[in-house]
Amino acid sequence: MILDVLSWSLLLAGGLLGVIGGIGIHRFPDFYSRLHAAGTTDTLCALFILLGLSLQAGLSLDTFKLFLIFVFLFFTSPIASHALAHAAMKAGFKPKLANDVEAKND
Amino acid sequence: MFIAATIAILITMGLALARALMGPTVFDRIAAVNMFGTKTILLIAVFAFVSGQTDLLDIAIVYALINFIGVIAVLRLITHGNFHSNEESIAKSAKVDAE
Repeated sequence: MILDVLSWSLLLAGGLLGVIGGIGIHRFPDFYSRLHAAGTTDTLCALFILLGLSLQAGLSLDTFKLFLIFVFLFFTSPIASHALAHAAMKAGFKPKLANDVEAKND
Repeated sequence: MFIAATIAILITMGLALARALMGPTVFDRIAAVNMFGTKTILLIAVFAFVSGQTDLLDIAIVYALINFIGVIAVLRLITHGNFHSNEESIAKSAKVDAE
């Protein structure tokens, strides 16, 4: 019973984080902040949902598979975000800074 | 309760797909596709538990690997413009790396 409630709330929290990340990549003004919204919520959303599922699965082979998926995501998602930011920086994209907005308003 | 998680993941996939279609720069599109792939993995994992066929988790593992390799490969293609297919391009990109 307690495990059910715990896994449900973890699943809900994961889904909520995913939707927040989805809204984030639409609301933020430039590429780097959008990448930040997508990259940071991705990992935590995956952690919550996979943890919630593994609480449902109990101690079995499925839990190990979920753990494997989480390990892959935990290592590859930040690496992909870093590679994206690095490639964009190399291609000459500049981050939009707070100074730019103020200078435009003055 | 699995249904709520599935719907949330599907909404996120829709938002990511919209950004991938209209993103102003190519890097926006790649970031959105990367996010879409991650959510696909989670969707497969949740669906495995909804349908009770937990063998589907193997597919999710494979998808996690392919997603990462695909993103890196596309980034490589964009930054270098080729996949190092001949010696001339290798020398050229080595010069770019040195800079």
